[in-house]
Amino acid sequence: MAFTNKPQVFNAKINPITFGANGHEVTLGGSNVYPLYSFDAPIPNAPKVGIQISDKGFDATLPELAKFYEGCNTVVEMAKRAASAEGVDFVCLRLESADPNGDNASVEDCAALAKAVAEAIDKPLAVIGSKNVEKDSTLLGKVAEALNGYNPLLLSCKEENYKAIAASAIMAFGAKVAGESAVDINLAKQLNVLVKQMGVAAGNTVMNVGTAAAGYGFEYVASTMDRVKGAAMTQNDVDLQLPIVTPLGDEAWSVKETLLEESENPAWGAREERGIQMEICTASACLASGSDAVILKHPASVKTISAFVAALM
Amino acid sequence: MALKGLDIFKLSPKTNCKECGCPTCMAFCMKVAQGALPLEKCPHFSAEAIATLSEATAPAMKTLELGEYKLGGETVLYRHDKTFVSHTLYGVYLCDCMDDVDARIEKINKVDYDRIGERMHVETVTVAHNPDKAAEDFLALVEKVKGLGHPVIVEVCCADLAAKALEILKGVPTILNAANAENYEAMNKVATEAGALLGVTGADLNELSETIAKIEALGNKKLVLDVGTASMKDAFANAVQIRRSALLETFRTFGYPTIVNAAKLAMGDSHMQMALLALFTARYGSIVTVEEMDYAKALPVYGLRQNLFTDPQKPMKVEPGIYPLNGADENAVCVTTVDFALTYFTVSGELERSGVPMNLLISDAGGYSVLTAWAAGKLSAGSIAKFIAEFDIENKIKNRTLIIPGKVAILKGELESKLPGWTIVIAPNEAVELVKFFKDNKF
Repeated sequence: MAFTNKPQVFNAKINPITFGANGHEVTLGGSNVYPLYSFDAPIPNAPKVGIQISDKGFDATLPELAKFYEGCNTVVEMAKRAASAEGVDFVCLRLESADPNGDNASVEDCAALAKAVAEAIDKPLAVIGSKNVEKDSTLLGKVAEALNGYNPLLLSCKEENYKAIAASAIMAFGAKVAGESAVDINLAKQLNVLVKQMGVAAGNTVMNVGTAAAGYGFEYVASTMDRVKGAAMTQNDVDLQLPIVTPLGDEAWSVKETLLEESENPAWGAREERGIQMEICTASACLASGSDAVILKHPASVKTISAFVAALM
Repeated sequence: MALKGLDIFKLSPKTNCKECGCPTCMAFCMKVAQGALPLEKCPHFSAEAIATLSEATAPAMKTLELGEYKLGGETVLYRHDKTFVSHTLYGVYLCDCMDDVDARIEKINKVDYDRIGERMHVETVTVAHNPDKAAEDFLALVEKVKGLGHPVIVEVCCADLAAKALEILKGVPTILNAANAENYEAMNKVATEAGALLGVTGADLNELSETIAKIEALGNKKLVLDVGTASMKDAFANAVQIRRSALLETFRTFGYPTIVNAAKLAMGDSHMQMALLALFTARYGSIVTVEEMDYAKALPVYGLRQNLFTDPQKPMKVEPGIYPLNGADENAVCVTTVDFALTYFTVSGELERSGVPMNLLISDAGGYSVLTAWAAGKLSAGSIAKFIAEFDIENKIKNRTLIIPGKVAILKGELESKLPGWTIVIAPNEAVELVKFFKDNKF
């Protein structure tokens, strides 16, 4: 019996969504096949790779990273350097200092910083808030206001604060926003429905369905994404046909395998290399299950994952 | 094509004798159709009926043995549909064309550790022959690799040399990954005589399927399919299409495990090989080979594999016991949580970050998370007290402070009455708050 290929091409597709402006845009989604299955049908927009910087600077104990950001004294300089890294599609600014349990920087200062970064770089900008639901509900609106015209992607609104963020960031200032849920297909869908019910038009939101570092419950991440893409394609579920954006740098760099100093276990080798490989491993597995964009911290992982995606398209 | 229960029922004895353990013949046939029971469970099918059905009811993907490991036998494309069964094996690729091959051999057994009861180490070694190199040197390399104690994958171009290599490897589980459209007869003979699995490759999937059909016609059904090294895109397309046609279309010609040579696909690029290891662990590689398996690659990918190949119906559990952290001794404070692997990893990671020496006590909570275990009655004051008695904690540890998860703060009173002499302290609800908790409180 001869082999006959039966491509899995669907009469459904992931909503394309574009962020960025002024000639520096990226588009996520638009595909009508399973993730990375470019042999079934051309994938119009390859998955994108973002590089994350923090407003609290970089980890100078990592020699390669310190060399990469050498001479950068401000967040804006860091952002420009990050934007120039090989394989970067967009820059992602994390407003870590806004955390009310940390530095508790004011929303005005954060928004001004985001604007300064957007003005300085020649790449689309994504912004991650403080990860505190209360703070983010005002912070992301302010950031959207400051970035009016830059068409940024803001991460993330959650079930607890989606109303405020959708009303301000999306409806008043036209930013794109990611809805974040905790690794569960039903929670992801519910949040999308809630945001839609506020009158937010399709094409303004993406999903962050959550992630974990490889080895830390990644089976839930893989199955959630597999099921989301399955429902989006086979059942044409419009409430799950949103691109998935996965910031995984923080997860990858905060597990034992990447935190332990080499001096504590010399056999494991340099911490920086372990972190890079953890980012690459997690990113590759996320892309296989359905991330339309991944956000990483180390330029070396960005370079590899970008080349990896290009080779599979 | 897969048979429906009714098709099987038509050929069944229809006596409802219950000898198979099912209440009716119909119920039995439905189970056979799902693959839940083998047809042989019923002693009353006629020989004719068995012959008709056995081909159709055989598993879509064969399970092959490679020493202590199993390859293939998968029934679903996604783990949430049921479960994956045979985890991906990782291997190291060696070629007689490498100048530093001895140094590479030296490193192969460097990675060897335990993660949630599973030993993590390199599982296969591939030895490839470059035709420009001397055959004797290749055989000397095979000899060295034999001593490593892992199944060996042999890649050679001519059958004579293959026979010599397999002769050396007698007693070692081996895959002769060398058959193609031209040489399959000779290679099949060598592999069959040596009892090795035969790896098959093709210029494209059509050629591969034709070659497999010819080898099957020679009576060999112990095959492994090489997804090729033309490009990453082709290798990925082949791996997906092979598995997909086998499981979705029951295309039995492709119902075999696969080999992915990530070393050749991204030679010299350790980072890209990491990306390929993860990709083919998630998507249908039975064996994935890299140039070097160091800790930087092993720690993430063995963890990923352990996650993806967990049966969704059986949570991953850690062994109950005392886990001393941060150099804890008998005077260090006790902390307890459940044996659900994810909880254990999250909590122990944060506790280690706190830097405070402590004894983490893991009791048997059925592998559930804290609240689920509590709701199911698997985590209670009684279960914790029983653990402390069974593991003789009071004699092993002198400290008498026990910190319990914030989510089961309700257990405090009952624990104090069940554990006289102990001080029960309530931890925060979330693991991320533990570092701060231990900074603010001293025990």
